[in-house]
Amino acid sequence: MIMDADELTDIEQDALAEIANLGVSRAANSLRQMVGEQVLLSVPAVRIVTRQTASKLVERNNATKLVAVQQSFEGPFAGRALLIFPETQSLELVRSIVGDEHSLEDIIDLEQEALAETGNIILNGCLATIANLLHRTMRMSLPAIIRGNGAKLFEVSETSARGQFVLFLYIDFNIKKRNVHGFIALLMDLPSIAALKEIVNDFIRGIEKQRSSGHVE
Amino acid sequence: MYKVLVVDDSKLARMVMASAFQRIRPEWTLVETADANEALAAVETVDIALIDFNMPGTDGLELVARIRESHPGMPLALVSANVQNEIIGRARELNAGFISKPLTDEALAAFLSGATLRLKKAAP
Repeated sequence: MIMDADELTDIEQDALAEIANLGVSRAANSLRQMVGEQVLLSVPAVRIVTRQTASKLVERNNATKLVAVQQSFEGPFAGRALLIFPETQSLELVRSIVGDEHSLEDIIDLEQEALAETGNIILNGCLATIANLLHRTMRMSLPAIIRGNGAKLFEVSETSARGQFVLFLYIDFNIKKRNVHGFIALLMDLPSIAALKEIVNDFIRGIEKQRSSGHVE
Repeated sequence: MYKVLVVDDSKLARMVMASAFQRIRPEWTLVETADANEALAAVETVDIALIDFNMPGTDGLELVARIRESHPGMPLALVSANVQNEIIGRARELNAGFISKPLTDEALAAFLSGATLRLKKAAP
């Protein structure tokens, strides 16, 4: 079988899922500290899909009004990290962070700032864990808030080629006692997938090497 | 020399675990399984179990609870990057240890030293 940059071997897929899981699990703990409630996580999914497909995956239950906190990252590989949830749950998330004692007006005033700060903590936590694991440095942009459907979040344009593939890693989260469900997603384009594959393979070889050198001793 | 069950749906995570064992307990035997069903089939043959939390199907805490029913004294640890209080607290309730991911040799060695003591005490 010929391996292209847009295909992942089983072990690469496995490694990416595990690395994403470590990043998101750590980040979920920060969210847990902020909201004071347990945050439930799904098993991570790693897929190479078109932007269109990725944009449909986050429109769960046909919820097309979404809000996302987005940060770009740059380093040996580049992409975007997003914290995504239905717009109807945005205020509930903010309320769960700032406390129930605030009025709706206060919550609405705080929404933008609270979302940016929450996204910043979660996405930075996630990416920092991944960067440390892979022994690479990544630079993060400031958080930006985007509102719209999946296509808007993932910059699917009318003119973009239908076959434009991206690496899409996502985990859904759920704040147990609040009605807040969302996704943490990482999106990378083809040149980055190739670079990431190399780094992940280095990482896997590193583990195999330690393992076999242990046998010799 | 003990036999240790390693349960993790990620092959990479099992490799990381095996690599740590090569450094700190190279003479011990590992039995690797990828899910709860395989783990329950293998648990009779092992002394210690190390269990990932976030797995498809039965999660690690449910698996710990099931193993605990039939093996009240077996040293068990939940292994996860999910360090939320509820997860660690539930592991404690089930009399299981908690080892955080990314895995370090120090954290694994500390758990295994305690497990060894408990197994020696329990041995007739």
